[in-house]
Amino acid sequence: MSTHPDDNPVTTTRRRLLAAGSAAIGGAVLAAGASAAAETDNLPPNIPEWMKAPGEPMGSQPYGAPSPFEKGVVKNISKTLKQYISASGRTPLQELDGIITPNGLFYERHHGGVPTIDPAQHRLMLHGLVDRPLIFTMDDLRRFPSQSRIHFLECSGNPGYSKPYGKTASDLVGLVSCAEWTGVSLKLVLQEAGLKPEAKWVVAEGADAAALTRSIPIEKCLEDAMLVYSQNGERLRPQQGYPLRLLLPGFEGNMSVKWLRRLHVAAEPVYSREETSKYTDLLPDGTAREFSFYMEAKSIITRPSGGQRLSAAGFHEITGIAWSGHGKIVRVDVSVDDGKSWQEARLQEPVLTRALTRFRLPWHWDGKPTVIQSRAIDETGYVQPTLAELLAVRGENYFYHNNAIWPWRIAHDGEVTNALA
Amino acid sequence: MHWRKTCGVVFAILAGICANGARAQGSYGIGRPATAAEIAGWNIDVGHDGSNLPKGSGSVGHGREVYAQQCASCHGDKGEGGVGDRLAGGQGTIGTAKPVRTVGSYWPYAPTLFDYIRRAMPQNAPQSLSDDDVYAVSAYILNLNGLVGADATLDAKSLAAIRMPNRDKFVGDARPDVKK
Repeated sequence: MSTHPDDNPVTTTRRRLLAAGSAAIGGAVLAAGASAAAETDNLPPNIPEWMKAPGEPMGSQPYGAPSPFEKGVVKNISKTLKQYISASGRTPLQELDGIITPNGLFYERHHGGVPTIDPAQHRLMLHGLVDRPLIFTMDDLRRFPSQSRIHFLECSGNPGYSKPYGKTASDLVGLVSCAEWTGVSLKLVLQEAGLKPEAKWVVAEGADAAALTRSIPIEKCLEDAMLVYSQNGERLRPQQGYPLRLLLPGFEGNMSVKWLRRLHVAAEPVYSREETSKYTDLLPDGTAREFSFYMEAKSIITRPSGGQRLSAAGFHEITGIAWSGHGKIVRVDVSVDDGKSWQEARLQEPVLTRALTRFRLPWHWDGKPTVIQSRAIDETGYVQPTLAELLAVRGENYFYHNNAIWPWRIAHDGEVTNALA
Repeated sequence: MHWRKTCGVVFAILAGICANGARAQGSYGIGRPATAAEIAGWNIDVGHDGSNLPKGSGSVGHGREVYAQQCASCHGDKGEGGVGDRLAGGQGTIGTAKPVRTVGSYWPYAPTLFDYIRRAMPQNAPQSLSDDDVYAVSAYILNLNGLVGADATLDAKSLAAIRMPNRDKFVGDARPDVKK
């Protein structure tokens, strides 16, 4: 971010504003800013300082950065991780509007750090049960007919089944994001190599230090899988797999292998460490579900949500996001009376398959303590369950695929907290 | 990796077969043929049945030494865990309220251990261990779990023959499991 030099006459006021702005952002308070701004001379009837001198010249930000007043809107990264090269950072869902996640705030999960890959040296090798094993450069892949589609991506451990669950929407389910992805249909590239009849799985491998591998059913590869090189219009960020990643819409995020360098077409899954010791779902009886890929229907209210505060009784819009790995969201119900009754929220267009869907409900808060929550229904008829319903079947050790309804408690003073914490 | 070089020489003879016709047959003619040597160099996938395991072998004793140098600082002297995952123990806990998931208690296939160590460990220098060292470290971790004796030496065949205690406990995905 660019700032004025110290001899600029507006610096003092600007610094004060910056401090006030960042303080307000920290709590994502719905009533933010009013009291801080009142201390300045920039309000009516006075002319604000930023109208009395030219602003930053063209070229001061050749890429661009958010307003300095938004500097608190950053990824939610724990300060107490055991290690940072195999860790995750969450999207600040409660700070965002619409359905598209800005690239800089897209959630991250790495298993061996973020590699710096020269795209000129990157190769994708396609081999195994194919007629013609092939090697592609990035230029090769960009020559194929391209497509752009909007899909969510979600880590399967978002969140776990045991306390502590976290305080904010980001703490709870910040390992989901949504973007417009551009690349080439995986089906097209597999056809270029020619699949043999025995081809049932494709083992994808990343070019990171974890050389992460996951096995993907051939049906998914031929349905809607993509080889992606761009995200929201620009080339992938390194954290998202630059220069090439796989995208498997609706499947757990770990399978959309980043920094993709190899596709091994096989008759069987490889049973890699990720798909045996990690991304399996342990049930109370000691059995564990394997190859559990889909992310089921889910929603969360992002405003008002944990860490925020309603400024006053009266009108507020309730809004949030819903998504399903099985297709489109067809309905989101919202309860403002602790689950006693439900109202149908309005779905914001576009409602896309395997994408975040924004929902909204107008609401008059009477100023009394209550609990609000949302539940999503997808086009298969599946209804988002409660945490209690999930725990009754799966127990606390299941760890992945927690798509529970998440209620927010609103106190008499408007403070919003996690009702299940 | 010696085995990759060896495989490269062996398979190089076959490379020309793959090269013929790929451009002509693909719909778009994009990409170039991958030679057998190139594939052998990159294809380090080890199947759960031990397929594609390389030549070589390693003993528990040697594995103890490699482990002490390369692994113990993250995983503990006896695989008890630390910054890295716990690797040993936990047998009998998987169906309890406090499951301890380790190589010995949870992993269904022993060859996966070789695959993962070779491709991703040690975390600060992955793919730096020789195949013999990977066999040795695998043997030592399996020994810590009581699955091979202290005098064992593992190679492709013997590693694939190990029956992991939790192998039969994996089931299919039964979701949707909460229905309304």
